Amino acid sequence: MKLNINGSNRELDVEPDTPLLWALREQAGLTGTKFGCGVAQCGSCSVHINGEVRRSCSVPVGSLKDSDRIVTIEGLAPGASSPVQKAWAEVDVPQCGYCQSGQIMAASALLAKNPAPSDADIDAAMTNICRCGTYQRIRAAVHRAAEIAKAKA
Amino acid sequence: MTKTFEDEIASVSRRRFIVGTAAAGSGLALGLHVPFADAQSASATNAAGCELNVWVVVRPDETCAIRIARAEMGQGTLTGLAQLVAEELGCDWSRVVTEPVTPGRNLASKRAWGEMGTGGSRGIRTSEDYVRRGGAAARMMLMQAAADQWGVPVAEVKASKGVITHPASGRSTTYGKVCDAAAKVTPPDPKSIKLKDPREWTIAGQPLKRLDTADKLDGSKQFAIDVRPPGLLNAAIKQCPVFGGKVVRYDESKVAGMKGVKKVVKVDDGAVAVVADTWWHAKKAADALPIVWDEGEGASASSATIAAHLKAGLEADNAFKYRDEGDALRAIAASPRKVEAVYSTPFLAHATMEPMNCTARISKDRAECWVPTQNAEASLAALSEASGLPLAQCEVHRNDLGGGFGRRGGNQDYTRQAATIAKQFPDTPVKLIWTREEDIQHDFYRPISQCRLAAGLDDKGNVTGMHVRISGQSINAFVNPASIADGKDKRQLQGLWTEPGDAQLGYSFPTILLEYAMRNTHVPVGPWRGVNTNQNGIYLECFMDEVAKAAGKDPLEFRRQYLADHPKHLRVLNAVAEKAGWGTPTPKGVYRGIAQFMGYFSYSAAVAEVSITPEGKVKVHRMVMGLDCGHTVNPSQIAAQVEGSVAYGLSAALYGECSVDKGRIAQSNFHDYPVVRMAEMPKVEVVLVPSLDFWGGVGEPTICVVAPSVLNAIHAATGKPVRDLPLRSSRLA
Repeated sequence: MKLNINGSNRELDVEPDTPLLWALREQAGLTGTKFGCGVAQCGSCSVHINGEVRRSCSVPVGSLKDSDRIVTIEGLAPGASSPVQKAWAEVDVPQCGYCQSGQIMAASALLAKNPAPSDADIDAAMTNICRCGTYQRIRAAVHRAAEIAKAKA
Repeated sequence: MTKTFEDEIASVSRRRFIVGTAAAGSGLALGLHVPFADAQSASATNAAGCELNVWVVVRPDETCAIRIARAEMGQGTLTGLAQLVAEELGCDWSRVVTEPVTPGRNLASKRAWGEMGTGGSRGIRTSEDYVRRGGAAARMMLMQAAADQWGVPVAEVKASKGVITHPASGRSTTYGKVCDAAAKVTPPDPKSIKLKDPREWTIAGQPLKRLDTADKLDGSKQFAIDVRPPGLLNAAIKQCPVFGGKVVRYDESKVAGMKGVKKVVKVDDGAVAVVADTWWHAKKAADALPIVWDEGEGASASSATIAAHLKAGLEADNAFKYRDEGDALRAIAASPRKVEAVYSTPFLAHATMEPMNCTARISKDRAECWVPTQNAEASLAALSEASGLPLAQCEVHRNDLGGGFGRRGGNQDYTRQAATIAKQFPDTPVKLIWTREEDIQHDFYRPISQCRLAAGLDDKGNVTGMHVRISGQSINAFVNPASIADGKDKRQLQGLWTEPGDAQLGYSFPTILLEYAMRNTHVPVGPWRGVNTNQNGIYLECFMDEVAKAAGKDPLEFRRQYLADHPKHLRVLNAVAEKAGWGTPTPKGVYRGIAQFMGYFSYSAAVAEVSITPEGKVKVHRMVMGLDCGHTVNPSQIAAQVEGSVAYGLSAALYGECSVDKGRIAQSNFHDYPVVRMAEMPKVEVVLVPSLDFWGGVGEPTICVVAPSVLNAIHAATGKPVRDLPLRSSRLA
């Protein structure tokens, strides 16, 4: 099975019904994408497929084409240099950190489409679960990331 | 059976670790000598640096490594403990790194690092003294080494930010330059060390950023679920859906040919695991494995039978009379007005984001595991028991946890399972991962309870007597039934205690009767962030609003009237009332509710601002949260904990319920065990009102005021009290 992951073409030994999450974690060795629920509820497994945020636990690799561009947290930006990652560090968002890969991927996808999201936009787009309850800081960090990205542009 | 297993772990822990507890107050636990000569301390000049004592290693490159014995699960204890050590060490904060201590090493060194368990919001408050002494002793040794080098009295030497100076001669050196010599200095007597006055702190007490953020931003952090030792196999588990049930038989032949499958393992009486090359293969095969269960006696239980069992406890003639002052029943009966109510709260699962998992490797003479654990010594005991190897041949690698909330403390069920499975594959690491469904259905749940309250009011609206009877399950009875065979379990009355300090009832009433009727079920229970302060806070604080209303008094004024004897409770309540603008107009359709309670040596209060849509949906707009946790080691991280507690507490209030159907938990994943997400998260304002005369907990205390303040706001909005949790089962429209 051929997949394009973080800009590299990878040949993975998986059956088509394998969720992308487990292909990433167990075959590609990319463990930054997390297992949280297995039913697309929590968003810990969020990745980008052709720029769209998707919950990889519920995407069978058989549904992907080898031209589909898959980006995981490891491939988001060299040295965690994306505006979202910088904002997350500035605002000191993570507590346990387990859901944060998915939160960062969801926030990045939101900002790519909507460079200046309102609180209501954030409520609608950021549906990932954080049991530590870092939502208030995530909200602040999404706004901050928008500022960082704007300053760069 | 689960209970037997709990007893076993508890007794192993007691048997094998009792020696450490006895030493807790002595110099041994102060960590001021190195009771075992490890490679690092034996060779003071190697790259690993100079071990000055068990807490502090200084390296020639000026890095200060601070050892951390407590678990980090998001609560920020790692950063806070490092701040406390660094404060006394007087080092450069930008050069601080942390190193985890393993339980095997702690055991081998006669528990030099003291207790490792991280629960009950104890991480900082029960180790602050000895870790600070460790930092101070290291500073004194570094200063002594410099003074010796210069041939001057140590009293003439100063140390700050990792630099040692002798002002009289203008000489200076650094920690890194003298660390080698300092490691050979005789450590000071711990009793002689004078710790800094917290008013003079410059590192502790500051809102510093966490030390452990960077690898949470790029996916590189290794949680236990992420470890991939060479040759790794993976296991998925199926546990009997009914607690206490047993495996009768399973048909391995049905899955033996499935891709990647290695073996089916009977883990214990109530669980079967499939081991495969990948976890996905193991999970698929586990789903396909036919298993016949003997569901046992528990299968006849349901939420209705459990509710009836608890209700009987509310009515029973006999109960544990914890506090009986004056004749409250007579005073209430004789009062012109009576207020009565019955409340209930359900079982709740923890639902840590990182599911239960453990990777174990068992060899002939060595067992090790990688595990998310709040109690690494309990993990070590579980590994030893399951592997059959002595503790000295076991080691636990403590990966930081993807959430804990009390689920991963003494109950090391998943560690024991992983070790049992791995024993079937000698020298091969096996990673057990639970599905979310196993997690929701095989937790140690927040105990279920009901509460009947009655108050009498005189003709001026003053309380004549207060009667509180709680009926429900006991955590202590589950962990160690023998210890409270008489049902006298004060822990279930947490937050209503008479004694000052830990979890004291703040109100003084002319007469009072506080009772507990123990009513256990077959459902396993355990500590859940905030433990019994959550339920008891709802019962008392919502009832206080009912009584205030009956008395025609403002809920804040009514509380103030009965808090006069407890100024710390009162101060936090006043602080949130002021910040929230209690008594000032709210936007149209927005109502306020207030609550205060105490737990974990800390004082909490909250004001909630809530509106209700015409469809009956609750929207919490704003929460003003007050906390007096004594000393504040890191105000920013304390605020983070308080913010997070709102999400956790609100999830429980709005949605949280594990109901019982045919003996099993009816919920299975986040679709039917929903939790608060971004859109439901209110704006949280944190008001810290620190006292400088005690050390209180931070991770848990504020949760217990979240639900009651929200419920009181709903009561204000609708005119009707909400007495049965969660809210989604009430009709508010």
